[in-house]
Amino acid sequence: MADFFIDEKVDITDVVCPVTFVKAKVAIEELEPGQILSIHMNEGEPVENVPRSLKEEGHQVLKLIKREDGTFDLLVRKGEEE
Amino acid sequence: MAVDYGTLKKGGFMRQKQKNCFSLRLKVVGGHLDAKQLATIAEVAEKYGNGYVHLTSRQGVEIPFIKLDEIEEVKEALSEGNCEPGVCGPRVRTVTSCQGKEICPSGCIDTYALAQELSDRFFAMDLPHKFKFGVTGCQNNCLKAEENDIGIKGGIKVKWLEDSCIHCGLCENICRSKAIQIIDEKIVLNEDLCNFCGRCSKACPSDAWEKKEGYILSFGGLFGNRIHKGEEIVPIIHKKETLFRVIDEAVAFFKENAKPGERFRYTIERVGEEVFKEKIKEAYHG
Repeated sequence: MADFFIDEKVDITDVVCPVTFVKAKVAIEELEPGQILSIHMNEGEPVENVPRSLKEEGHQVLKLIKREDGTFDLLVRKGEEE
Repeated sequence: MAVDYGTLKKGGFMRQKQKNCFSLRLKVVGGHLDAKQLATIAEVAEKYGNGYVHLTSRQGVEIPFIKLDEIEEVKEALSEGNCEPGVCGPRVRTVTSCQGKEICPSGCIDTYALAQELSDRFFAMDLPHKFKFGVTGCQNNCLKAEENDIGIKGGIKVKWLEDSCIHCGLCENICRSKAIQIIDEKIVLNEDLCNFCGRCSKACPSDAWEKKEGYILSFGGLFGNRIHKGEEIVPIIHKKETLFRVIDEAVAFFKENAKPGERFRYTIERVGEEVFKEKIKEAYHG
């Protein structure tokens, strides 16, 4: 597994759909294109939908890491501004 | 002159409890109405009805309190705004659908287009009893495919493209049916478990899945006095030609075998599930 330098982290385990994606989107907008955000999220709906939504917004999903407690860390590289 | 309620009903005029009043059902395909049609409906409801409409359980619109002696005038007013009366009675009813892949991120097929094709081919076709088609875009099943006489559910058959894969691990973790396993950097897809939801291919950041759209058919659903979930008989279908060949066969089976007033499910049970399944499989294989 390649290592990635993480620029920023956000925890979206404290919110539910559709705010999960909103919180992730707000966090990634703070970054510069090319920077990497690590998003901590719950299993189920967030992990099923948030990565897809980020892809649709033009960001690059790099890695999904499963933690022992069943939650996930999603590493995303911010895409170029539209 | 005696009132021909049969003809009125065929033309979508549902007799109300109130004397000489009809609830006029309109033709709607896949729950889609444009602004002009809506404006026309509003105008007709205001002028000829009681100023409101009823949205039916199957994406239709009814305008209640239409008076018997104004029916012709109402039809005329509606047709000027591109609205047609719907149907009731023993025939093919409104074809329902969700918004499908053109609008919905989860959609696997173009449900609107398919609903339109089905409607053009079957709407109002006289049969021994009512007959309902419903088209849903994916496994989320917002349109409840299996409650229809023939239900169609969109799916995506996937195949892993190793060269494009970045091994992020997303697909394995989001697959709801646990059909994907990553073993030694290789993705193993268990085709027996895959339900064609397409989530892996939609979420994949590097588009490392080959996607093939398809239709999952269910037959004999009922959701009224008796509830029965429509059943799948043949595998996912990828060609429109095959899809329509199978549907045509199912409709023909109903037409030939059903007693008047008998719903599709009852006909299948009376004639024999195995007999029906054989017919459908034959049509599937061409």
